[in-house]
Amino acid sequence: MREAELVPQTRLSGPMPWVIAIMVALTVIASAAGLALHNAAAAASAELRGGVTVQIVEALPEKRAREAQAAVRRLGEMPEVGAVRLVPEQELGSLIEPWLGSEPDAVDAEAVPVPALIDARIAGEVTGARLAAIQRALADVAPSARVDAQSTWLKPVLDAIESLQWLAIALVALLALALAAAVLLSVRSALGTNRDTIEVVHLLGGTDAQIARVFVRATALEAAVGGLLGMLLAVVVVLFLARRFGSLGAGMVDQGALDWLDWAMLGLVPVVAVLLAMLTARLTVMRSLRKIL
Amino acid sequence: MNQAADGEIIHFDNVGLRYGTDREVLSDVSFTLFPGSFYFLTGTSGAGKTSLLKLLYLAQRPSRGMIRMFGADAITLPRERLPALRRRLGVVFQDFRLVPHLSAFDNVALPLRVAGVPERDIVKPVADMLEWVGLGDRMPARPATLSGGEQQRVAIARAVIGRPDILVADEPTGNVDPDMAVKLLRLFEALNRLGTTVVVATHDVHLLQKVPDCLIMRLDKGRLSDPTGALRYPPRRRMAPAPGEQGEAEAGNGL
Repeated sequence: MREAELVPQTRLSGPMPWVIAIMVALTVIASAAGLALHNAAAAASAELRGGVTVQIVEALPEKRAREAQAAVRRLGEMPEVGAVRLVPEQELGSLIEPWLGSEPDAVDAEAVPVPALIDARIAGEVTGARLAAIQRALADVAPSARVDAQSTWLKPVLDAIESLQWLAIALVALLALALAAAVLLSVRSALGTNRDTIEVVHLLGGTDAQIARVFVRATALEAAVGGLLGMLLAVVVVLFLARRFGSLGAGMVDQGALDWLDWAMLGLVPVVAVLLAMLTARLTVMRSLRKIL
Repeated sequence: MNQAADGEIIHFDNVGLRYGTDREVLSDVSFTLFPGSFYFLTGTSGAGKTSLLKLLYLAQRPSRGMIRMFGADAITLPRERLPALRRRLGVVFQDFRLVPHLSAFDNVALPLRVAGVPERDIVKPVADMLEWVGLGDRMPARPATLSGGEQQRVAIARAVIGRPDILVADEPTGNVDPDMAVKLLRLFEALNRLGTTVVVATHDVHLLQKVPDCLIMRLDKGRLSDPTGALRYPPRRRMAPAPGEQGEAEAGNGL
């Protein structure tokens, strides 16, 4: 049957598609932020996983250099250590440049001793016991060595990122609830407006499912149009933000870029929104119709 | 046509109806409708005719008593089984209740579409029916643009288009001229001869004289009286149309 004719046709110029568009846009942006944060955290974790930094904290430059070379050799002899690299002084200089400046005379190497840094990679997780074992192995050749897991430095940052990810998930859940609530109110309003028609269709032998299908179809159309508009808006915003963050040139921000799988997931947001709107409409109509004979 | 094994199509037993906590608008109503019979339900305004019809077309459940329709207990019947029963009824509402955003054609086609009749089997019968009630040129018109009499004829066409087992009509000739009233009654009679049980509520006593062998149920302050004995004895079943009446029956059939 041409069920769509049972109630007046959906007016796409009404507020519902715009409400859904805003919800979908916000959901896509929040999801994109959550995915970008996840990517950044995952990339950072992978990079730091197994990373060990050995600092040679010795004030005398010659002794510091000697201990550093000895430590590199000792580390190279250890089977669990995969790669060892003594960070060159030039690289160290660039690392501390933002705080101490780049002029050669600006820093008196003896007045402000900079520790030698050794970057080592070990297989598997860096645990406290393994750090202690490395510390013990270096004790005789480099007594001023301090051994740290690289991941511990970024742990507060990663914890903060995880909190932001949960915030993004919570926002998506709240937006889904708000979308369902908006659809519920819209369908209830439409049910009230078309109450007489619905009663007549019932008395002519129409079933709840037939009537529900009309509202579900109308809601699906509104949600599809709104979802498409919202997705377009969100894509523009996300691409703009990605470009702005990308131009920062900060490593961790760059690693948060969205890949094709992320975009595919974002593309599912309007689809899920349409399905959620249809489900909400059906449940609302069926529940309302059950109250009448 | 389906009916209960003992021949009854509808049976009311000590039915009472009250709205909210008000007094009963129907009290101790008991009667049996038999297939192929023609009933008039009469009574003064406020006697409970419309309330009784609402029970008949399953818009209302009674406060007490028992109603059996087509062999099923209509009181305890699960809600989801009511549409199947309703599709066997044709109803002409007192206030027509046409769907305002649908054309006259689509209003009449509505029961067929609800019943899942294919679109190709809808167009001709609906057009013929509207032609028969004199609205062949008003098919695309919306109810708001139709006169009261035209709306009533659309409502009647919608009620009979599905060839119901029972036709329930609440003051179906109230807004039409005498000629059209007679014509509509002839349509009801034609349907009745084809097996449809007809129940017409009216307060127009002249109408009763126009249908020979009709059975009259009279409501008075929510209680039923029985001037023709319709409720006590199975009525005489209407016979198949005489050869001279064939054309009239076919007119109804082809509607």
